[in-house]
Amino acid sequence: MSEHSAHSHGTMSQLMIGFGLAALLSIIPFYLVMADTGLSSTAVIAVIMILAAIQIIVHLVFFLHVNREVEGGWTFAATIFAVIVLVIVLAGSIWVMYNMNTNMMPMPSEEEMLEMMSLQNQQG
Amino acid sequence: MTMLDTPVTGPIEGPDGPAHSQHHHHESPTPIGFWVYLMSDCIIFGTLFATYAVLGGNYAGGPGPKDLFEPGFVAWETALLLISSVTFGIAMLQALKHKLNATIIWLLITALFGIGFLVMEVYEFHHLIHIGAGPDRSAFLSAFFLLVGTHGLHVTFGTIWLLTLVVQLKTRGLGEANMRRLSTLSMFWHFLDLIWIGVFSFVYLVRLV
Repeated sequence: MSEHSAHSHGTMSQLMIGFGLAALLSIIPFYLVMADTGLSSTAVIAVIMILAAIQIIVHLVFFLHVNREVEGGWTFAATIFAVIVLVIVLAGSIWVMYNMNTNMMPMPSEEEMLEMMSLQNQQG
Repeated sequence: MTMLDTPVTGPIEGPDGPAHSQHHHHESPTPIGFWVYLMSDCIIFGTLFATYAVLGGNYAGGPGPKDLFEPGFVAWETALLLISSVTFGIAMLQALKHKLNATIIWLLITALFGIGFLVMEVYEFHHLIHIGAGPDRSAFLSAFFLLVGTHGLHVTFGTIWLLTLVVQLKTRGLGEANMRRLSTLSMFWHFLDLIWIGVFSFVYLVRLV
């Protein structure tokens, strides 16, 4: 096979480094959730998210072999474009829906509803 | 006129311009085309993750993540999928060394891990539906089944593709076309493992903290 193929499919050592890193980056978050570590839940959630982001990069580099050279840079460009769209979709949805929920009028309770109805009846 | 009839099979020039494309003279456009498909698939998953993020707290008085999810179970699913990714990587390396039998054996090992993952997922879905926590129970469970189910469907089709490729390898060997199919499926398989990182982190673990 050509030099390029060997390059784009990696080597056994690359594969094993990727496996080791991915295993470690999976075991830590599962451990944090399953064992009682005494850390605050905010800290645990932050660690899980950061480790997931790192593991995604590990998979891209060691398993999928994405780099600036493959396909003259188009693979890298397509990946960056997908990441930008993902950030807009995810951050945008969460942001908009969070704002909508917090700015929504609180739903009246059943008692308040009855009170309002009787007031309306009195006013005719 | 002939220009219009000629299919585009030549090298694709990157942002660095034609000077760089000399190295890629005999390359097929399939890998980059498939990568663009994977990135669009990635955006489909992104919208499903966003749906889960938005609806994930709406239990409609039904069970929540802490009542339903078992981290130990998800850890085993994660292990199966990660190991299958590595065994596929080994199959790919064997194919590059022109070792047909070793390639087929490692592909079949990969299929076993993939099927193991699917069995666990079907068991989980069946269990949830059985205890009344199906996709019709709440918006949280609708979003959960949609996202995890879409990933599971991808793994199912990946496994069917993998077994089909084993038959093609047995009949036609490691020719150029089969090598292209193998490396394309390799991308698909590793990509599904990448999506699973998001699933186990954001769908399961974060909600169990």
